[in-house]
Amino acid sequence: MSSRDEILALIRANLPRVDRPLPAVPLFDDNRSASLLGAFKESLERMGGVLLDPPASGDVLAPVREKIANAKVICSTVPEITGNRDIAAICRPQELADVDFAIVRASFGVAETGSVLLSESDLKVNAVAYLAQHLIVLLDPADIVVNLHHAYRRPELRNGHYACFHSGPSATADIEGVLIHGAQGVRSLSVLPIARGAGNPLPDTGNPHHDRSQGGV
Amino acid sequence: MSTHPEQSNDDGAMPHPELVAHDDADAIYRDGRRLDHAEAASRLLRSRPEKQPRGAKIHGNRPIDHAKAAARFIAAPEHEKMHDERLWDLRQKRDREMHGIAEWEELRSLASAIKEHTLTHLDAYLDQFEANARSNGIHVHWARDAAEHNRIVHGILTGHGAKSLIKSKSMLTEECAFRHYMASVGIEVIETDLGERIQQLDNEDPSHVVVPAVHKLRTDVAEVFARTIGTDPDNSDVHYLAEEQREANRPLILTADAGMTGANFVVAETGTFVVCTNEGNADLSANVPKLHIASIGIEKIIPRLEHLAVFIRLLSRSALGSPITQYTSHFRGPRAGGEMHVVLVDNGRSERLGMAEFWTSLKCIRCGACMNTCPVYRRSGGLSYGATYSGPIGLIIDPTFNARKYSNLPFASTLNGSCSNVCPVKINIHEQIYAWRRELVKQHEVPFAKKAAMKAAGALLSHPAAYRAAIAAADWALAHLPRFIIYNRLNAWGKHREVPHPPKQTFHSWYQANRGGKE
Repeated sequence: MSSRDEILALIRANLPRVDRPLPAVPLFDDNRSASLLGAFKESLERMGGVLLDPPASGDVLAPVREKIANAKVICSTVPEITGNRDIAAICRPQELADVDFAIVRASFGVAETGSVLLSESDLKVNAVAYLAQHLIVLLDPADIVVNLHHAYRRPELRNGHYACFHSGPSATADIEGVLIHGAQGVRSLSVLPIARGAGNPLPDTGNPHHDRSQGGV
Repeated sequence: MSTHPEQSNDDGAMPHPELVAHDDADAIYRDGRRLDHAEAASRLLRSRPEKQPRGAKIHGNRPIDHAKAAARFIAAPEHEKMHDERLWDLRQKRDREMHGIAEWEELRSLASAIKEHTLTHLDAYLDQFEANARSNGIHVHWARDAAEHNRIVHGILTGHGAKSLIKSKSMLTEECAFRHYMASVGIEVIETDLGERIQQLDNEDPSHVVVPAVHKLRTDVAEVFARTIGTDPDNSDVHYLAEEQREANRPLILTADAGMTGANFVVAETGTFVVCTNEGNADLSANVPKLHIASIGIEKIIPRLEHLAVFIRLLSRSALGSPITQYTSHFRGPRAGGEMHVVLVDNGRSERLGMAEFWTSLKCIRCGACMNTCPVYRRSGGLSYGATYSGPIGLIIDPTFNARKYSNLPFASTLNGSCSNVCPVKINIHEQIYAWRRELVKQHEVPFAKKAAMKAAGALLSHPAAYRAAIAAADWALAHLPRFIIYNRLNAWGKHREVPHPPKQTFHSWYQANRGGKE
């Protein structure tokens, strides 16, 4: 008998003979905040991230340009910002070890926890979001969902092979509870709210599961 | 970074206020608020250097002497106070999170119900996961026990010619003594979680399921790092120590042949496994080398993604009082050009499923909330339990692995029930602790002194006249005997505390005098 069959047989012999129906999980979204972006910002900052406020000049990308002005190696997977390390030319993830700033766009954000979901198609090479020293994430405010119940109904978590919620930077407080940013991965996480597609303030995200009522920003 | 001395997160009494340090210059602020996400303490604490007390001594199959190891920990006051303070702070942070979520109790009930449903249909959900994971391109293996798990992983690594392995923290691999096994076959294992790396370098087990080095002071870490990665032995600055290990680990991460993670949850409907970390080290382990192996206990499974939301909302809040872990990673298949293996491990779980009083312990999501709240755990340190799982959850899991070796553990509890109250999946931990005591007595795994005392107490309690005489005698003795007779090593109740003042009169004699005969 294979280990698989032996384990399953043992489980079947030992299953508790009690009736335990599977409960339905509500969405718990009655008390949504008036501004999902406002709630997202507050949660993100609690988790150690930074929301880059658009400057009065109206040049929304200015805060990003300012951040990367003195960086040596910039790897961008977004059309809005041009880097100097071409992610398409990467054969091995290790080649990204010297990246100072990685710039990517999130599939969506979660107001409850200040999380951004980065999938394999957002990252191109998954490791870029962990090997870089700093991470900048573009997020369309229309892509913010109210909480994790809504988040887990999104298709990105159902279809891809890899997707990760980033909620702030890599952190540890394993020594005496002292908070450190940049334990092993990125030392900082900044999120820039900017609609998908230049000059288009409220674009169609092309996501059939997207709940229009969440675009309250 | 800036300092805001007027700002504090003062929201409850501290057990040891003398530990507060006021030079919190390195604290990180957002919008005037001091950050304490992840496992961060809500105040800066300062310890004084002290030699680290070591955990329980293991003598083969002989019962672990928890009390003796706990006494060693208590005899090191700097360690004991810091440990107590840190964990109580995590408990208070957890309460703060709980109060911020109106549906908290509903989430706990849902989590419990989802887990109980899944466990009572475990065969079907494992089958479903396996089929979905396979169709996503994941290689699925099954291991009956720790030895088979280690052999399977070794086989995969050998097949790839892998000589080094970077891994994230996994209690299951601790259960399997995996690092020990890998050392014996010449494969280098590098733990990538800071706390777990400290423990690995110090050749010590993790003392807590979430914060593995919480029993160590900064000076202990400085000593370990000076000895192993060449840091300055006189520099115990936490930022310095963390940065040095980051720099030391990085080349090992970049050159490793394979990566390994555990899993916090497994979703049957999608074939996904989920790993929660604060450091992003699981994502490095999984995404840098070509080969990713995940070791997963069979009880981690849940039916659908919508259920995952409930557990992700509860896990980090219960564990650390942080809204979510910094990283919540979902793996559903290998990346392009990569290879992914999952090893589903039983190691006693299917047997536990058949134990009428104890099967619900399989609901555990390893958050450690029961440990953080437990007065015995907080004061004795996780290594005093001499087992993979310490604290309240350990008391009810460890005896299923070895009833003799861990026979003392269910007695390391005051049965106050706080563990059950904070458990996010509503395991009746304290009731199971009590049930284990009964079970161990039945199996004759309880030492003679404990049994003799219980027998004498039983006789006394079943004879009212004898009981009243004994109480009166004890009250008289407490009032009249000299201190050295009451406070000595034969009376455990007199250690580290004053025994209560004896009443002038027992309740029974007062009742006889005042109300007797009036009925």
